[in-house]
Amino acid sequence: MSHKQAGGPPGESAVDWCLYQLNGAAEFEVSEADIISTVEFNHTGELLATGDKGGRVVIFQREPESKNEPYNQGEYNVYSTFQSHEPEFDYLKSLEIEEKINKIKWLPQQNAAHSLLSTNDKTIKLWKITERDKRPEGYNLKDEEGKLKDLSTVTSLQVPVLKPMDLMVEVTPRRIFANGHTYHVNSISVNSDCETYMSADDLRINLWHLAITDRSFNIVDIKPANMEDLTEVITASEFHPHHCNLFVYSSSKGSLRLCDMRASALCDKHSKLYEEPEDPSNRSFFSEIISSVSDVKFSHSGRYMLTRDYLTVKVWDLNMETKPVETYQVHDYLRSKLCSLYENDCIFDKFECAWNGSDSVIMTGAYNNFFRMFDRNTKRDVTLEASRESSKPRAILKPRRVCVGGKRRKDDISVDSLDFTKKILHTAWHPTENIIAIAATNNLYIFQDKVNSEMH
Amino acid sequence: MSAESPEPASAEEQKEMEDKVISPEKVEEAKLKARYPHLGQKPGGSDFLRKRLQKGQKYFDSGDYNMAKAKMKNKQLPTAAPDKTEVTGDHIPTPQDLPQRKPSLVASKLAG
Repeated sequence: MSHKQAGGPPGESAVDWCLYQLNGAAEFEVSEADIISTVEFNHTGELLATGDKGGRVVIFQREPESKNEPYNQGEYNVYSTFQSHEPEFDYLKSLEIEEKINKIKWLPQQNAAHSLLSTNDKTIKLWKITERDKRPEGYNLKDEEGKLKDLSTVTSLQVPVLKPMDLMVEVTPRRIFANGHTYHVNSISVNSDCETYMSADDLRINLWHLAITDRSFNIVDIKPANMEDLTEVITASEFHPHHCNLFVYSSSKGSLRLCDMRASALCDKHSKLYEEPEDPSNRSFFSEIISSVSDVKFSHSGRYMLTRDYLTVKVWDLNMETKPVETYQVHDYLRSKLCSLYENDCIFDKFECAWNGSDSVIMTGAYNNFFRMFDRNTKRDVTLEASRESSKPRAILKPRRVCVGGKRRKDDISVDSLDFTKKILHTAWHPTENIIAIAATNNLYIFQDKVNSEMH
Repeated sequence: MSAESPEPASAEEQKEMEDKVISPEKVEEAKLKARYPHLGQKPGGSDFLRKRLQKGQKYFDSGDYNMAKAKMKNKQLPTAAPDKTEVTGDHIPTPQDLPQRKPSLVASKLAG
């Protein structure tokens, strides 16, 4: 991967991002079901899965390189789509269970098939995706349409042969992990041992074996004996990428807990607690709400954790519990809008965050279809926009700026003009290359590094 | 008469000004409290969290509904006030309030 020289004025990116493709209907045609709720690359970046509010999963596959068609390189084409979850009603608890896909996680590929886990609020499902490109022909007893032959016409025996056919992608549900959660599942994470995975809801975390659906081990339970004493909930969790015994979970109070499954069967007691002390004189009604961690991601190296709360992204060193090693402001100008953001519920929006392949750049979404990238080495940050108007195919994305009063440049957007209904909650970064997938409501944008795309 | 020069702000006034400048959050908090004076004292605490845990709960009791209908024959049933405190039992859902079951098996537009 080529490395561009860092340089230029702040607010510019070392990488030139350009729109590679845009999927989804135009904005005025949005139906609630089309809203994308999760985006995830697989471990090689060859496949990209999206889940939506309607419970459907769409998988894109990257076109392999070919010298014949240089412009089709790296394009993500629809590979398969299926209905993962359907709406349910729990009559006993009078609870409506949404079919919205909260998270998708790919399993590392172990044979020709691909597998992924998808989850809604209550049920996790393991899906197997296989390709079929051959079919047997020349049966003795059945004809081409599968009807039984008239045996009197059969005069000789033949051996059926496999003939090539148009590629068919088949998706089958292999396991359904149901009834494991009383509360709403917010995360799933596959263990590096490739045999187990965990699912976390607001109060509990369960450990499952991928092959066993009727049993699950509870490894974290923070439900208080008296619900009146409830002060915090689990907001996200993830297994360490290399150490199969370690996992982290974040809370609505802004803390992270690293747990070691070797220490005890029930990991209610953390091994490490990562919490930044708060200045009590700064405390306000909003403090706790905006400190709630909406996403936590280990770095690829396993040395750091990235968290997102309402206004910042923070990098934590596993070896330092007292405070994050880096803090980046995503949209601090919203601090003076907290009252209206509370009234319209935007203050509860759950933004995700992502590392690039080398852990040198972090990315997160914001409002007005803006997303932000922070380069940890150069300390430069950039704001880009995912919208039809500002993204012409192959044209380089222009950095955007939000002005907060004071000098206003042309093309700046004022805080009051930001569209809070256009939120980029879900983003994903290719595991090794500078390719990013951005979900803007019902549209999926794929941006690539211009240099990257020209090299192919 | 000599021109009066403005008095320097007292230390207290200065601190107050600083507070306002340093903490836009506190300004926002004051705004919110002005609009919703009954807002709970423990905002991040159990009320707010319990509401979050109850997401998806839809109560419909046909007995309650019919009793309410009988009581207020010609009046419209009260609809839930969009307030920020916990709603417990006052509001009787009507069939219109409950969301319709969504149609399934329609292909995603992302798939083209």
